[in-house]
Amino acid sequence: MIKEYKTIEEVAGPLMLIRQVDGVKYDELGEIELPGGEKRRCRVLEVNGSNVLVQLFDSAAGINLAESKVRFSGHGVELPVSADMLGRVFNGMGEPIDGGPRILPEKTLNVNGVPMNPAARAYPSEFIQTGISTIDGLNTLVRGQKLPIFSASGLPHANLAAQIARQAKVRGKDEKFAVVFAAVGITFEEADFFTNDFVKTGAIDRTVLFLNLASDSAIERIMTPRMALTAAEHLAFDHDMHVLVILTDITNYAEALREVSAARKEVPGRRGYPGYLYTDLATLYERAGRNLGSAGSITLIPILTMPEDDKTHPIPDLTGYITEGQIILSRELYRKGCLPPVDVLPSLSRLKDKGIGEGKTREDHAGTMNQLFSAYARGKEAKELMVVLGEAALTPIDRLYAKFSDEFEKRYIHQGFDTDRSIEETLDLSWELLSILPKSELKRISPQLIEKYYPKKEN
Amino acid sequence: MVEGKIVKVSGPLVIAEGMRNANLFDVVRVGEAKLIGEIIEMHKDRASIQVYEETAGIGRGDRVVSTGAPLSVELGPGLIESIYDGIQRPLNKLFELYGPNIIKGIDQPALDRERLWHFDACRKPGDRVSGGDVYGSVAESPMVRHKIMVPPGLSGEILALEDGDYTVTDEIGRLKTDGGEILPITLMQKWPVRRARPYVKKLPPDIPMITGQRVIDTFFPIAQGGTACVPGPFGSGKTVVQHQIAKWSDVDIVVYVGCGERGNEMTDVLREFPELKDPRSGEPLMKRTVLIANTSDMPVAAREASIYTGITIAEYFRDMGYSVAVIADSSSRWAEALREMSGRLEEMPGEEGYPAYLASRLAQFYERAGRTVCLGSEGRQGAVAAIGAVSPPGGDLSEPVTQATLRIVKVFWGLDSSLAYRRHFPAINWLNSYSLYRERLDRWFSEKVSRRWSERVSEMMRILQAESELEEIVKLVGVDALSPADRLTLEIARSIREDYLGQNAFDAGDSYASLEKQAALSELILDFGEKARVAVEAGADIEALSNLPCRERIGRAKSVSESAVSEVYATIREEIDREIAALLTAKEA
Repeated sequence: MIKEYKTIEEVAGPLMLIRQVDGVKYDELGEIELPGGEKRRCRVLEVNGSNVLVQLFDSAAGINLAESKVRFSGHGVELPVSADMLGRVFNGMGEPIDGGPRILPEKTLNVNGVPMNPAARAYPSEFIQTGISTIDGLNTLVRGQKLPIFSASGLPHANLAAQIARQAKVRGKDEKFAVVFAAVGITFEEADFFTNDFVKTGAIDRTVLFLNLASDSAIERIMTPRMALTAAEHLAFDHDMHVLVILTDITNYAEALREVSAARKEVPGRRGYPGYLYTDLATLYERAGRNLGSAGSITLIPILTMPEDDKTHPIPDLTGYITEGQIILSRELYRKGCLPPVDVLPSLSRLKDKGIGEGKTREDHAGTMNQLFSAYARGKEAKELMVVLGEAALTPIDRLYAKFSDEFEKRYIHQGFDTDRSIEETLDLSWELLSILPKSELKRISPQLIEKYYPKKEN
Repeated sequence: MVEGKIVKVSGPLVIAEGMRNANLFDVVRVGEAKLIGEIIEMHKDRASIQVYEETAGIGRGDRVVSTGAPLSVELGPGLIESIYDGIQRPLNKLFELYGPNIIKGIDQPALDRERLWHFDACRKPGDRVSGGDVYGSVAESPMVRHKIMVPPGLSGEILALEDGDYTVTDEIGRLKTDGGEILPITLMQKWPVRRARPYVKKLPPDIPMITGQRVIDTFFPIAQGGTACVPGPFGSGKTVVQHQIAKWSDVDIVVYVGCGERGNEMTDVLREFPELKDPRSGEPLMKRTVLIANTSDMPVAAREASIYTGITIAEYFRDMGYSVAVIADSSSRWAEALREMSGRLEEMPGEEGYPAYLASRLAQFYERAGRTVCLGSEGRQGAVAAIGAVSPPGGDLSEPVTQATLRIVKVFWGLDSSLAYRRHFPAINWLNSYSLYRERLDRWFSEKVSRRWSERVSEMMRILQAESELEEIVKLVGVDALSPADRLTLEIARSIREDYLGQNAFDAGDSYASLEKQAALSELILDFGEKARVAVEAGADIEALSNLPCRERIGRAKSVSESAVSEVYATIREEIDREIAALLTAKEA
């Protein structure tokens, strides 16, 4: 028998305290019935004697302490899942909002997920071709990786994410591929951009969308990524699909977390974010991966906007510590018209070494990648020096490096949001650019490969 | 058996009443699901319990039962090659039994109860033994002879002891203690993780632990039983440095604690170590490795326990007379776990919300490292070196965990993101890192490697220092304004940075460098420098010198395989002589 409580003691911000409650469990889902019959949801944050502290997912407006009733469901927050979710649109709490029928669930899963046993993980090692040179060539994405995009306000991260979702493929195989997209507190326009892009390219049929827009409840944002990941886990591990999950924008998520933490008067960590922000983000990001029990995989691309372009802000900082690399967008390149404006030097994919080379991409991949990095870094240094001292102050070789770095930005980084380059095209382009430098400078590539691939100059 | 009822649940913290007779730090089982927890505070009959598993579904009135014993690890054959979580549950076994996810309330003994081990006794009935004495041994892996020891604090007379095949719980003999009690002897013993295992005395750290990483061994060496930290912002290669040390160090046992880090990193170790061969014994590296994995998505309280579990296992192997390295990645995540529990306990916070006892807890951990004379009549010597990664928020070293760590550890390998951007790995900054062991270890290096070792190290350091000063000038006036001698210094410094300090962990020939190779390579580079200096003084053109073909060969010299070093380096040397001589004759002509 489900008990009803009319003992709401206080409501403050997103928190509500209920007295004289019995038998309620930590993390249980509750329902509040307003005098008018409207229903709101909440989740147990703390059980203390007979007092229960809950977190409201919707606004507190209209809750009447004397008349409202609270019921507890006996279970945590759950999501009914099914392969039929593909092509559908849900709100941040996992309810369909596309006018279609309810999902007939294959099963119902707790949205918190269960940690994956590290001994059961399969190491990500399969190359995903995104068709973007700066990613495929230099910061290679592999299946089961979590690779965030660090962006900032005003940069085209949405275009980049859509381009990845559109172009991503594992080559030479015909496998089931799906996209789970979670909008966390983004504007209608941004969400609309993604939906249109998915519809236009036909990707919508293999996509599950979860939308919590800027106008929706902020606290609901805490659940949205969990809904998306739960759906992704079902598709990946029960249906053996390869799922690409895009979460945007994690900054909004962390702010919702801070709001609840502040309301609970917890001791804040840096910049007012709760001390457990790392752990909390990790429980999201670590749900990406592959395991030995299933053929499917979850590849995760969280997008976050760095406040004030500051990479040391807690949100990008802690994200960087959990994820396997990061793609950083640069305002400077964007101003120069390089699209997508991927800032190559500080970007990194930690798993790239496992996904490249002979049999995966091409034997010269690792060498050219390292050479491009170091040549571009040296070229940029040379250019800085040039600004201070003038071109004449550079040695002849540094002048070549400066030229290389210009060409690299113009031709390698810049490709536009509609160009889909195969990995061979990217690698051939690398050699073309590296041939600006004399062979003796290519220390990071083995002599055999230089012999084989270095473009022969026509005399 | 003490039993109480839950009155409060707040995340990983549970408070139960009716626990007056329980002991502090006893392990308890919480709720229907029998979650594992530990009592961390008592107020009258109320016990505050940190729960090592997710507490969703726990509520008021649920039962809490004390096991009456503190959090302990099982020590015995079967540790090597295992992967455990923070409270020593065998993850491989859990995967086998329960599938790819870690569900709640499951428990399995850490050591396999079925597996038979062959025990060879080295004592016989009638012998008198005391704590630390060896009964005999088990060949646990081709690399590890697992000694079965008398647990610390026990002494008496052996009544029975026999060779044979046993499981870890079988009775292999009997001991009559001095108190007259008769105890069974087993291959396994238990030890509470929060208590350091006793030893006779500590020894000075004057033997180096060779890691095969040039920048570490040459410039910032660590001693056996030493302590080191690797702080660095994300993406600077902390984990690769830690993995390299775990792979190539010349220790007998490696305990790798993945504490609040990525799951895939542990998987990487788990898949890669069995494939890699130890350069000394030729056996797979996994045969000397114990893994503790409490990844960041696993419950936060068990993360706190994981480094104690790791160091206790390390101490146990130390007691057998082995040299052990404990590698903890990352201590910052451990500190965050402390902070989270402290916050839930509503303690008064210190800096940045960390509890005031952060520094003392860190010190206690690192102080369990050291080279020691072990218990037992043989006077065995063992060592535990502790190496911790630190993940400072925003790469800012002034934060509390880094600062508290730096006050304790003797070696600081500072990772630098600007080096990482240039893809210079390991990105250990040679100007601000330090090792307080270097002077103590100098004698060992000059005796065992080369008499000119420390001289060459100082010379290289001097050139790098000079480079950083010259670079300031270059920024202001350009490289052309420098004298040829200074330009040569820049060239040699570049060679030291790129051809010596830079080391590719993913290149088979370069990943590990023996001390002999390190000595030969540094000599090669410095020799070139010396000869080039003479040539410059004789008027040779600096451009021409730095473009000599032998420079390129020096650049590739680090990838030469160990066996070919002396031969290949000799030909490079000849080439250097020949080319410089040719340069000078061309000039005279």
